[in-house]
Amino acid sequence: MNMKKLPMPTGKDIGHALLIGLWFMFLTFPLLVIKVNPGEQTVSWRWANMLWVGGASAAMALAGRLIVAHRAARAEHPSPKPGWFAVQSTLSQHFTPDRLWLLGGIIILIFLALPLMFSTYQVNIMTTALMYVILGLGLNIVVGFAGLLNLGHVAFYAVGAYTYGLLHLHFNLGFWIALPIGGLMGGLFGILLGFPVLRLRGDYLAIVTLGFGEIIRLVLVNWGDLTQGPSGIADIPRPGLFGLDLSLNQYLIYQYYLTVIMMFFTIFVVNRLRYSRLGRAWFALREDEIACQAMGINKTAIKLTAFSLGAAWAAMAGVLFAAKTTFINPDSFTFMESAFILCIVVLGGMGSITGVVLAALILMLLPEYLRAVAEYRMLVFGAVLVVLMIVRPSGLIPAIRRTYSAMR
Amino acid sequence: MDPLLTVSGLTMDFGGIRALDRVDFCVFPGEIVALIGPNGAGKTTVFNCLTGMHRSTSGQMVLTPTGRPQRRLHGLPPHRITAAGLARTFQNIRLFPRMSVLENVMVGRHCRTNTKLFGAIFRPAATVREEKETIAMCLALLGRVGLADQADEVAQNLPYGAQRRLEIARALATDPQLLLLDEPAAGMNPQETVELEALIVAIRNHGLSILLIEHDMKLVMRLAEHIFVMDHGRLIAKGTSDQVRRHPAVIQAYLGEEAADA
Amino acid sequence: MEYFFALLFSGLTKGAIYALIALGYTMVYGIIGLINFAHGEMYMIGAFTALIVSSVLSIYGLPLPAILLLAGLAAAIWTGAYGYTVERLAYRPLRDASRLAPLISAIGMSIFLQNYVLLAQTPDFVSFPRLVPEFAFLEPYSAIITSSGLMILVVSTLVMATLTLVIKFTRTGKAMRATAQDRKMALLVGINVDRIISLTFVTGSALAAIGGLLIASHNGQINFAIGFIAGIKAFTAAVLGGIGSIPGAVLGSYVLGLTEAFATGYVSSDYEDVFAFSLLVLILIFRPAGLLGKAAAEKV
Repeated sequence: MNMKKLPMPTGKDIGHALLIGLWFMFLTFPLLVIKVNPGEQTVSWRWANMLWVGGASAAMALAGRLIVAHRAARAEHPSPKPGWFAVQSTLSQHFTPDRLWLLGGIIILIFLALPLMFSTYQVNIMTTALMYVILGLGLNIVVGFAGLLNLGHVAFYAVGAYTYGLLHLHFNLGFWIALPIGGLMGGLFGILLGFPVLRLRGDYLAIVTLGFGEIIRLVLVNWGDLTQGPSGIADIPRPGLFGLDLSLNQYLIYQYYLTVIMMFFTIFVVNRLRYSRLGRAWFALREDEIACQAMGINKTAIKLTAFSLGAAWAAMAGVLFAAKTTFINPDSFTFMESAFILCIVVLGGMGSITGVVLAALILMLLPEYLRAVAEYRMLVFGAVLVVLMIVRPSGLIPAIRRTYSAMR
Repeated sequence: MDPLLTVSGLTMDFGGIRALDRVDFCVFPGEIVALIGPNGAGKTTVFNCLTGMHRSTSGQMVLTPTGRPQRRLHGLPPHRITAAGLARTFQNIRLFPRMSVLENVMVGRHCRTNTKLFGAIFRPAATVREEKETIAMCLALLGRVGLADQADEVAQNLPYGAQRRLEIARALATDPQLLLLDEPAAGMNPQETVELEALIVAIRNHGLSILLIEHDMKLVMRLAEHIFVMDHGRLIAKGTSDQVRRHPAVIQAYLGEEAADA
Repeated sequence: MEYFFALLFSGLTKGAIYALIALGYTMVYGIIGLINFAHGEMYMIGAFTALIVSSVLSIYGLPLPAILLLAGLAAAIWTGAYGYTVERLAYRPLRDASRLAPLISAIGMSIFLQNYVLLAQTPDFVSFPRLVPEFAFLEPYSAIITSSGLMILVVSTLVMATLTLVIKFTRTGKAMRATAQDRKMALLVGINVDRIISLTFVTGSALAAIGGLLIASHNGQINFAIGFIAGIKAFTAAVLGGIGSIPGAVLGSYVLGLTEAFATGYVSSDYEDVFAFSLLVLILIFRPAGLLGKAAAEKV
């Protein structure tokens, strides 16, 4: 009954789909069909594109209409389907605490054994992906937990990277000193920016953080005396290991383990935070700002905590990034980077830790291994953000609130 | 005995419109007081001024908790007012919809607990103890409003009447001296209203004072020891239920000119 | 003195372009309370459509004024169509969702459109043909004023005047204002709110497209990313004037254009964009309601 097949398309459905196909053929006509070659003043016509667009959009429109009709039909004859809670309870049945430890143990083992199974090239890609896990989890505190849309997360990433770069350049300090200083600098910048702007309404906050991100980048580009401008800072030392002399390969593997440790530490911290007094206050803030204040929560204080904690985390990731690439310049810290990290959080599910980890790995690794996808990477990300907001705003793995009553 | 809450000359202007005009009233400890009046009389505005959601134009609001120093509420931000001992519910229920029922109540404990960032991350013994106490206390509160069985349900899935009771439990979790209820019976069926009445009486018997806005006159007449009537931002009558019921200004405000003449 | 006037004139042309884009932001915000993040891309798509159409037409050897007119028309029509489609696909399904959802959807749309043009056309800068002829009467003042600059001022003034008249006096304009004030009430008195919202997107996009055409012909080159910075700046202008207010958007745009021109002319040209962003941050912090806007309190 509830596995009924999709209904047959009626003539009306097909007509509607054809109309949509025609509309998109018209819409994309100048940009997709005509291509200007400005050098030699010629124009090439790509009619095949028009057919592709028309066909694809008509097919998608038809499929969409049928699915909506199917859903409507199912809603008229409701079937007892397993709801959200049933899913949650079966999850908790399967993952009893001791089994959860087992699962966690297996995952940790996989991460530890990875360099033994793959080439250093692959391991290096994994290191980059894990760095985005850390960035995503940091932004998740701000966006997912506290509901503050921060579009300038990359600014704090840059603060961390440049803190290390500059400390090395001017004072010749190493990674292990730069890491805490970088984190503190990030937190400091977070507080400096957060103090005035956190009074703003959600969408204004988004724009101001975006503006701030761009200001930081432009300052890095233009303040050549301090930052060496667009040419960046080169030869930043990799992290030391008790003064041992490591080969490049060994360094890459060491770096991988360092990032893994950092990631697990991040997961630990974020997980602890979300079920704490502070985490509950953040969620309450996200859910209803006015009721949150009426419950005796100082909203400015907890916003500032979330914001500067996220900033400090991004900055630590930045220090790690500078040490990994040994070269930084302002090009690594554009708005697109912020948008990409946001995409990780939204795709994974705002507030969900597992989701963010999974989304970061998917978004980072997929383009690496599917070269065909790589070219369309940003196009797909853009579409993913739109489609997710409409179809599944809670992301791949929605955040599930833990039940406390068992803890009595 | 001193009043718990004294409001005098409370005035609130919204850009040229006077929403409240020199409102005076007081609430004594252990008392149920009702604020009634037609729609748009300014009752909710009184609540918003008291809880710091709006900053009143002029007037005094003083809270005198038993055994604690006086607090002037004017100009305090909402969270400080809650910490001082005033808690409220909202006319159009404002729960944290995607948090669990228990968590909603636990949020109410925020201003009475003090785990900071370090405690949240590293969970020392003090934090573990605080967390356990919070959970036990909130479950007890849920038991008092009859929601103990739904503690792990998501708040938005509760039926309407249960949501109203959850809002009360959440407000109680802040350990208030005075509870402000904004139309607690709105939208409830008769059965739910009866349960609500018992709950309010039980809360009062626990030693709290209650100030409520309510349109269900039968409920108000049964519950309230004192009633203040507002119309067009002014206080037009006050007294016990019998006094208010016969007050000409009240009859006029509720039924219009003709009824008053007749 | 000549330098001052040259800066003044360049500030005014910048302001006029910002105004054409800012109007779209402010109209959309006024009606559905959304910061249409993808609006800057409308300006970029307008410029590209104009480039493509004018290239095709110049191969057929049409005279310059005819090319300019047709390219402008085509840019306005197609970009309007993009605006309509974006609203239908990315915003309308989210009209009752939480505040963050449409904003994230808009960011996604912006990224999508940029990369769509990048893939469909080119990742590089392309030179844009000079569509505005050199006016002979401007010869003596060539150090101060260019013909394309003058064109920008004239066209933008005409367009804005028309828009103001339409919104003030026509039935549709009244429906737009009614919808902006109270969407539910507008629906109750029989206004087709969905149509009005679509119309707002189409109008805003078409205005941005005209801005795109004018500035591209003024600067001589475009690429897929020009919409981002221009969009943010126009948004700054709209906020500066008080978002939701049409005269505010125009005023804010001229203030921003002049500030930028004089700051880069007398202080430093390296930090042109920093001035705009700093201005944005400062306004939002100190006067979030803008120059002509009214502060609105949230309902409890």
